[in-house]
Amino acid sequence: MVAFVLRKVSFMVVTLFLLASLTFVLMNVIPGSPLQSEKATSEQVKKNLEAYYGLDKPMFERYITYMDNLIHGDLGVSMKKKFQTVERMISSSFPYSLRLGLVSVVTSVAGGVILGTLAALYHRRFLDHFAMIIAVIGLAVPSLIMGPLLQYIFSVKLGWFSVAGLKGPLDYILPTIALSASSIAVIARLIRSTMVEVMNGDFIKTAKAKGLTGHMIVWRHALRNSMLPVVTYLGFMIANVITGSVVVEQIFAIPGLGKFFVSSIIDRDYPLIMGTTIFYAAILLVGRFIADIAYVLVDPRIRLKGGKAGA
Amino acid sequence: MKVDKKKGLLLPLVVVMMLAAVLSACSNNNNGNNAAPSGSASSSPSASASESTDVKKGGEFRFTLASEPPSLDPALMTDAQSSIVAAGLYEGLYRLNSAGEPEPAIATGDEVSDDGLTYTFKLRDDATWSNGDKVTANDFVYAWKRALNPETASEYAYMLFYIKGGEEYNSGKGSADDVAVKAVNDTTLEVTLKSATPYFPSLVSHYTYLPVHQATVDANPAWAADASTIVSNGPFLLKEWAHEDKLVLEPNPTYFDKDKVNFSKVTISLVEDENTVYNLFETGDIDWIGAQAGSVPTDRTAQVIADGSAEVQAIASTYYYVFNTQKAPFNNVKIRKAFSMAIDRQSIIDNVTQANQTPAYALVPPSIAGTDGKLFREMYPDTGFFSENVEEAKKLLEEGLKEEGLTALPKITLLYNTSEGHKAIAEAAADMWKQNLGVEVAVTNQEWGTFLETRDAGQFDIARAGWGADFNHAINFTYDLIHPKSLNNDGKYSNEQVGKWLDESLAATDEKARLDLIAKAEKQAMDDMAVLPFYYYTTVTMVKDDIQGVTSDYAGHIDWVFGSKK
Repeated sequence: MVAFVLRKVSFMVVTLFLLASLTFVLMNVIPGSPLQSEKATSEQVKKNLEAYYGLDKPMFERYITYMDNLIHGDLGVSMKKKFQTVERMISSSFPYSLRLGLVSVVTSVAGGVILGTLAALYHRRFLDHFAMIIAVIGLAVPSLIMGPLLQYIFSVKLGWFSVAGLKGPLDYILPTIALSASSIAVIARLIRSTMVEVMNGDFIKTAKAKGLTGHMIVWRHALRNSMLPVVTYLGFMIANVITGSVVVEQIFAIPGLGKFFVSSIIDRDYPLIMGTTIFYAAILLVGRFIADIAYVLVDPRIRLKGGKAGA
Repeated sequence: MKVDKKKGLLLPLVVVMMLAAVLSACSNNNNGNNAAPSGSASSSPSASASESTDVKKGGEFRFTLASEPPSLDPALMTDAQSSIVAAGLYEGLYRLNSAGEPEPAIATGDEVSDDGLTYTFKLRDDATWSNGDKVTANDFVYAWKRALNPETASEYAYMLFYIKGGEEYNSGKGSADDVAVKAVNDTTLEVTLKSATPYFPSLVSHYTYLPVHQATVDANPAWAADASTIVSNGPFLLKEWAHEDKLVLEPNPTYFDKDKVNFSKVTISLVEDENTVYNLFETGDIDWIGAQAGSVPTDRTAQVIADGSAEVQAIASTYYYVFNTQKAPFNNVKIRKAFSMAIDRQSIIDNVTQANQTPAYALVPPSIAGTDGKLFREMYPDTGFFSENVEEAKKLLEEGLKEEGLTALPKITLLYNTSEGHKAIAEAAADMWKQNLGVEVAVTNQEWGTFLETRDAGQFDIARAGWGADFNHAINFTYDLIHPKSLNNDGKYSNEQVGKWLDESLAATDEKARLDLIAKAEKQAMDDMAVLPFYYYTTVTMVKDDIQGVTSDYAGHIDWVFGSKK
């Protein structure tokens, strides 16, 4: 287990390094500059700004400086937002995305498992069709449509929720639905298809023969086996969701991390591009790492391999 | 049995989704029904509190900005968001009123030397900084030299190049001591300019000319990035700056003219999505949309103008297309004219942009001031400059082609920066060229940064452009856009005569004579069809009934500082 973890961690560090390097090169070679503005000011002013941000130096030199700072935990200062450190921008916006993301993960798993299980247990009956129709809607309607729709109906017309912001617990409801709809659908479909298969497996028949009750079978055997693909999916999904959705955060005016992924690139805010990319990659890698470990915990076959009772 | 329990959990979700589907089907017919305040109960407790009070003094004013100010340091500000907030936080020598005329603020008046070069500003002695220090002439001297200091790396330093020695200092060729601004005493500021600049009083209202508090700035370069460290001298103080979320301003108790300040609180939420802004207005969570403080979604514009819930106001910005005058076929004036005359501007405004913009036949927009209380466009209307005439355009195109020895036009590309609005206009224009001239124009778009680089490099045939005022004078739309030496003359239009007239206009001592020269240069540029003007921008604004005195200024920025709530 220790060797497994060590190998994974060193792999993560190498990945991060390569990714940071690649991003640095790419953002520098694409057209545009952090100093771009519609109004040309004066050549002199431009030179002063280039000197100020070190943009007059060759790319390789800037790369070495950046990496050196990065190793020392310094992500630099935004070139667009004057005197705001990238670290502060990420650390003050991430909690919003994280909270909303976690609520959304829990909602997705709960909603997906419930829908999927129902569909599997009532395979090819009304509840199955019904659950799958909901799943298809969730998957087919993007948050770009769902967000404004929910906002218009429940905030503007019915006045049940506030239009924007994330101030109280109620404010989480609409963004969470918009953010979770598609994951609920994906998880429900994953659960349904594996569970239908699992329920026909020999070991379920054995369990039935042993006289276990219906819900014990579903809970102890079927669901646990059906969770495997969900765990794989969760690794990606968590990383995506907790780093903030550009669309949902924009619609509900949530001051989260999501918008920086887009705005940093539009502004060519080099330090912020690097900061958000590295941060997102780190979260994604950790998410996958946790998923790997969760796999070991959930999958009885993997546990058997490592356990004493093996063949 | 277990299953039944789970159904219980599932039901609310199902109900919510079904409700969503049903309601969306029947909610289309509720236009402008914002009289019933359904009120988002959870969000703003202060809203209900301020609704009950019915006094002129006090009350909260709430609006949105699409993104947070990149900086609140006067030397580093470059954008509308920053300037809208800064208008409340700082007080300069003069302050522009809504019509765009400078009015005394920290300065009570100025004296100009006979040659028009030296301005002596008399400062009031009762203005203070938020930490209690007096605002003195030295604060201005320090602020201006700091913005010019190359190490400050101020993008708008060029706004101070009018001052003698300013450009030299900024380029490292001169020293700070050679910048001709000095404090004669605490209440007298003397500035010498490079050349006579009669619109200097209007310039000193610009945010780059705002004073800063020296000790604060010296102690902490990042002083303006947080509410707790900002020291300011304006009508309002920054109480809270929750980055990427909101800014909260409250009246400055030591402001010298505090009787003029009415709002007891101003909340600026940072909301990017236009539909969300509109919804916030509908639910009564904000009091204002428009003039760079949120904008009415395009698909609602026509409707809110028609039902009278919005106001349309001309602003000092021009939408135009740049011809690449250095490259065939648009090096030929007749071909340029043909393209411009083949566009039906009113039709594009009526069918595409839909915000009652004014068709443009020149560069200077209608809200820019002229002289003697008249607007520039009232003195020099752009009606006779050229006409939209398809037959004439066809003829010109043929003649132009002959002059260039061409039998057909080469492949022409129209470049714009990626946006739905620009796309719709570009496609409409391309369609008109095809219908009216039989010319195929390919429309292509690039992301903003790439677009700017391509346009600067002259790699285009026709490119989209827009220009908004930096200060309220026609020179800002002529010298910057059509002078052969201007860096913003992206089409590289080069007529030495136009350059000469514009240079002379800067040197003219009489304002009428100056405007005459500018108008002459503008007319010549339009005779040459240096660019293809489309329309003068408008801003569509909506305001709650109980808010008074908040408007859009001449440049199209919200002017909220001295507004009030009923």
